[in-house]
Formats: sequence, C-alpha cells, structure tokens
Amino acid sequence: MSETSSSLTLPDPSPRRTTFSGTLYRGNEGMWSWVLHRITGVAIYFFLLVHVLDTALIRVSPEAYNAVMATYKNPIMGLGEVVLVGAVVLHAMNGLRIILVDAWPWATKHQRLLFWIVMGLVAVLMLYFTPTHLINVFSPMDGGH
Amino acid sequence: MTATIENPNYAYPARSAGRRGPNLEKAGWIFMRASGVVLVVLIFGHLAFNLLWTPGGIHAVDFGFVGGKLAQPFWQWWDVLMLWLAILHGSNGMRTIVNDYVHKPTIRTVALWAIGIAAAVLIILGTLITFTFNPCPEGADLSLLPSFCAEL
Ligand code: HEM
Repeated sequence: MSETSSSLTLPDPSPRRTTFSGTLYRGNEGMWSWVLHRITGVAIYFFLLVHVLDTALIRVSPEAYNAVMATYKNPIMGLGEVVLVGAVVLHAMNGLRIILVDAWPWATKHQRLLFWIVMGLVAVLMLYFTPTHLINVFSPMDGGH
Repeated sequence: MTATIENPNYAYPARSAGRRGPNLEKAGWIFMRASGVVLVVLIFGHLAFNLLWTPGGIHAVDFGFVGGKLAQPFWQWWDVLMLWLAILHGSNGMRTIVNDYVHKPTIRTVALWAIGIAAAVLIILGTLITFTFNPCPEGADLSLLPSFCAEL
C-alpha cells in the first residue's frame, strides 16, 4: 500500500454483492453508513423544528409549556424518544467517523473497521441510555408532576 | 488485489475552474465538521443532564425545571449555542440533500427558501426567548414555578 500526492492505493473492498463488483462503494459499509447518516440527519432535523417550537411555549405560560411537555411523557412517546436518541447517537458517532476519514489517511484506509467501531459505540451508549430512560418513562409519576 | 485511484485530487476538482471569490462550499464543508464536533458535546450534555442525571428524567421536565435552567447564564449560553449550531448544521445538510434530489428549478428554489426561512425564524425566536425569558411570571401559580420564585 503506497501513498503519494498523485495516487492513493486502497485495499480491495471485496464487495459481498458481486453484481456491484467494480465499485469501491456500493453495497458495502461505506454505502450503508452514508444511507444511515442521511436518514438520521433528516429525522433529527424535523424533530428539531418541532422541539424549538414546543420549547418556545415556555415564553407563553407555565400551563402551556407543561401541557406540551406532558405529550412527551406518555409511554408511546417514551419509546419514540429511544429511537430518536438512537438516531442522534448514530449520526454523531458516524459524523466523527466521517471527519476522521476525511482528515486522516489511516482512517481513510480503515473506514470499514471504523464503521463497526461506530456500531459498537452506538450499542454501548444505547445500553447506557435505554434502561435509565425506560425506567423513568414507565415509573408511576409521584405527586408534584 | 488493490484498486488504485490515479490523481484522486485531479479527476474531480473541488472547485470548477475559473470561479472567483470566497469558496462558500468549502466554508460550508468545514462548518459541517467544526459544528459537528461541538454539537457532540452540547447535545450529549443536553441529553445526559435532562434525561439521565436529573432524577425522574423525562417526567421531571416541566416549567419549574426548564425555567430554573434558563435563569442561569451557563445554560442560556449552552442552549443558544446549541440552537444556532444545530439549526445551521441541519439546514445546510438539508440544502445538500435538496440539491442532490430536487432537479426541477422552481421546486428546488422553493425548497431552499423554505429551509432558509425556517432556519432564520427558529434562530431568532429561540434566541429572543432564551434572553427575554422570565422564570417567575407575575400572577402565575407558584407551585408551577422554579422554587426560588417563592423568595421574591
Ligand atoms: C451530534 C453531533 C453531530 C455530528 C458530529 C454531525 C456530523 C455531521 C457530518 C460530519 C456531516 C457530513 C457533512 C458532509 O458530508 O459534508 C453531517 C451531515 C448532516 N447532518 Fe449532522 N452532525 C451532528 C448533528 C446533527 C444534527 C443535530 C442535525 C439536525 C438538526 C444534523 C443534520 C445533518 C444533515 C441533514 C446532514 C446532511 C446529510 C447528508 O448530506 O447526507 N446533524 N453531520
């Protein structure tokens, strides 16, 4: 494997789907990380539009804000929040992978390994988040809230 | 077997020949990466503090809790920086996606303007609210307000 300013030699990607042989990209980890990054990016964007508006109700009245927050506290939304946080964590970890792959030749060569490291980090972070959040979601609310 | 890309920087020049002026696409490319790194800290901190480290998590998020946070300059600046970076990053990402998929010029123009207007409205709204917010509005039910309002 050599690297000069005028050529970059990459290891054979050996695609599993031979119908796409001859491409470096399609059907492999690189493509799936791009698909996931795009889908999660769009999903987070639309949630953010809603989230800024619901938070804006804090300027209207305590009752208005608490009423909209109550919708985030039912169990179905609680499960949706796990999916949403999963999307954020995946987009964030894969975003760091993109930055490394762009900036650092070692990471460019090992982008496939880095994809699986990203998946591992997402799994670990979600194993930390999900139990705590679901216990909160499904715990009976004590007085005051 | 290896695959070799000859002259990787030559086949697809980063910028069309003959373009003048500041390279805005390059600035956007750098911004996506710089804002991304900062957003990891801001968003993970936001989620951990609000949903994991506060007893009750999502159930504890109400006017008293958020009002108490927004009464402090630390959280005001945290939230405003997160707002600006997330909206600009997300909107610029959506711009890329619209440019990739929307080929009809009128629809593309409308979509790009919608993204831009939404970004401007939410950034202005969110920033004004964060800095003009009153955690102890007059005449409100004291039991709904942050605890320090009782001492006023
Ligand atoms: C949590 C930290 C985040 C990191 C590290 C991150 C990182 C990145 C990176 C590196 C890119 C690629 C840009 C490119 O290919 O030139 C990107 C794209 C994108 N991001 Fe993020 N991002 C984060 C948060 C967000 C948030 C909060 C949103 C939504 C509001 C968002 C929406 C998008 C969108 C829509 C794209 C375009 C995707 C595409 O072109 O396929 N990201 N992000």
